[in-house]
Amino acid sequence: MRELLLGNEAVARGAWEAGVHVVSSYPGTPSTEITETLAKLSGVYCEWSPNEKVSAEVAAGASIGGGRAMCCMKHVGLNVAADPLFTLSYSGVNGGLVFAVADDPGLFSSQNDQDSRFYALSAHVPMLEPSDSEECLEYTKKAFALSEKYDTPVILRLTTRVSHSRSLVDVGERKPVPKKPYKKDIRKYVMMPGMAKKRQAVVKERDAALSAESDSWVKLINPGQKLGIITSGICYQYVREAFPDASVLKLGMIYPLPEAAIKEFAASCEELLIVEELEPYIENFVHQIGIPYAEGKKYFTPLGELGTEKLKNSYYGTTAPCAKIGAESDLSTEDAPSRPPTLCPGCPHRGVFYTLSRLKLRVTGDIGCYTLGATEPYKAMDACICMGASVGMSHGMEKAEKCAAAEAENGTCADDGIRGTVAVIGDSTFIHSGITGLINVVYNKGASTVIILDNSITGMTGHQQNPTTGKTIRMEDTYPIDLTMLCRAVGVNRVRVEDPFDLKKFREAVLEEIAAPEPSVIIAQRPCALLKGVNYGLPVYIDGSACRRCGACMKLGCPAILKDGNDYRIDRSLCLGCGFCVQMCHFGAMKKEQPPADGK
Amino acid sequence: MDFNNIDILIIGVGGQGTLLASRFLGDAAMRLGRDVKVSEVHGMSQRGGSVETCVRIGENIASPIIDRGMADVVLAFESAEALRALGYLKPGGSVIMNTQEILPMTVVTGAAVYPESIPERLSGDNFSVTAVDALRAAEECGNAKCVNVVLLGVLSAHFPGISEEFWKKSLENTVPAKFLELNVRAFDAGRSIAMKSM
Repeated sequence: MRELLLGNEAVARGAWEAGVHVVSSYPGTPSTEITETLAKLSGVYCEWSPNEKVSAEVAAGASIGGGRAMCCMKHVGLNVAADPLFTLSYSGVNGGLVFAVADDPGLFSSQNDQDSRFYALSAHVPMLEPSDSEECLEYTKKAFALSEKYDTPVILRLTTRVSHSRSLVDVGERKPVPKKPYKKDIRKYVMMPGMAKKRQAVVKERDAALSAESDSWVKLINPGQKLGIITSGICYQYVREAFPDASVLKLGMIYPLPEAAIKEFAASCEELLIVEELEPYIENFVHQIGIPYAEGKKYFTPLGELGTEKLKNSYYGTTAPCAKIGAESDLSTEDAPSRPPTLCPGCPHRGVFYTLSRLKLRVTGDIGCYTLGATEPYKAMDACICMGASVGMSHGMEKAEKCAAAEAENGTCADDGIRGTVAVIGDSTFIHSGITGLINVVYNKGASTVIILDNSITGMTGHQQNPTTGKTIRMEDTYPIDLTMLCRAVGVNRVRVEDPFDLKKFREAVLEEIAAPEPSVIIAQRPCALLKGVNYGLPVYIDGSACRRCGACMKLGCPAILKDGNDYRIDRSLCLGCGFCVQMCHFGAMKKEQPPADGK
Repeated sequence: MDFNNIDILIIGVGGQGTLLASRFLGDAAMRLGRDVKVSEVHGMSQRGGSVETCVRIGENIASPIIDRGMADVVLAFESAEALRALGYLKPGGSVIMNTQEILPMTVVTGAAVYPESIPERLSGDNFSVTAVDALRAAEECGNAKCVNVVLLGVLSAHFPGISEEFWKKSLENTVPAKFLELNVRAFDAGRSIAMKSM
């Protein structure tokens, strides 16, 4: 049957058809839909785990036990899972083991633009790179067999435009694969120095064998032309359009790179280009094997994503003509106001960031919807580096200040206007890697205040369950971890649950906790407004006769509250009726009721 | 316009339902036996940011994305987004747009200005503009969230070779059954607005 599948759906389908037994992942754009799709298919065990490291370890265990296993993550997730990956390269596998890793060139939904191909190079783990949904299915399926044949984990490298593009795929059926027999083998699976040293030699031999295998993963298109292009993944699609007359060597396995195939191809053309997004990974290799005239980054930027037009523009210097506003109109495309993402109407985080912004606190942030607290109009975030970092960073800031003050002549640091520091982190993110930061605060006698924005779901990636929600990926009931008990158990005495929409009380809670000389946690609890089951009823309207036009309601930064000339009004198609804004109006003009017939 | 060979760039504001629109068009192309690629935007931009989705239909499609000057049609769910996407449109292409204005936070906070009367001022001799009040039509159908399907109705009217029944089958394939009736009404509303103006 032919279906129009997302790359991620096709990866899921490929894994399912290959008989995968265990899939364990942490959500992360652009990889999330792989695991979500698999969870809807029968015969396979799927779970969301607390972070990518755990997910890789679960998959590793499943593989060593003899099952076929996969873990899926975004590029930065591989940083978290890198520890098991590097040593799994030594131990090898039993059942096929696949890491599906999605890079995000152009940072559509990420904090950096890292190139995961260097992980494969560094860990000596074969890496496959599909260029459309059809290859996503095919390569994933083959990855399991490859993993078992060469006794190694295999990385399937995706990028946003492969993961999140739909193209036509012939889907097949699942072929159940029996579990491989398990045999105790400590020389292979217990990686202590003595054993690991011996495995290094095995890895070296495997690399050589895989290098020959890599030659069989190339496709040669339109041979015999003067201009030759080496490319892989989504760039192959751009090359087909931008350089229809060139010879193309399309690589399917990008670690190890196919040395023989590349040398042969290079010898057949007069000019050689390397087209790849991000770093000059293929280009470096091509230069290394003695083909110095190959050009890549000389033309094609290492920043962000490429595209058909970008390739033509970079190489030929041409610019495609496009529709133009006529001279008779005074409008220009430059007049379109920028539209960055923003907290949704009804978002519970709005109460937290409004409060932090009014209190002018220093805020260490984290990865999730709430990173948007850094934007207008709150600007209530000072740093955001990676998942789980907010807690450690706030502790570090406080310790630096204390240490410097103790050494200063007058016993204090220069006043930089900071009234206090808080860390903000989401519920899923706290479990991911915030809890270890909190343990550190307690252990090392810090006094940080951590606000856990508990909206009962993993929000930004599109509503995944997590250990605090009481539901598994398949929506079965499970034990919901109690954040209050968890924080108390690691030694935080001051833990309180507050409603971020109760502005007065929430503000008092923050002031009390930052003043406390010991660690404290405020759990700001209110569900994501987009969750099923959250129904706030009637939208709000502004009674023009009561409104004094003071603009206080606008300070909330709710997209549903608008200024029309001198008047304020609610866009009732956007308002979810959360009613948070009603408390901002001292004149009773904001009403959560049906407006009178003429009151629009 | 020929639906069998077409590049459609859909642009809107996160939350307006551009993904459903691209899936609908992808389904229709597939049922016509064409090659098709759809590129979607997931993640952060879906939180009220500007969201672009590409639908490419033809004999053999390589890239899933539409670059500058490649789109035959820009289907804009919001006025300022139509303006923003003009660089993607081919000379001779068509803008099909919703006249609705959704103010970005940059405008709400006063950091940017929302241009007045975009539909009237968006004109040039190398492209055409069809502007409809899809929000009003959607509200009249009973749900403001149907703006996307109203606009699909408007777009469908530009392909006289394809029957209403054919489109409705794709609607059936893409919207949840319990909302089908509402969406059929929205589709009809968009289609008839476009027919009247042609």
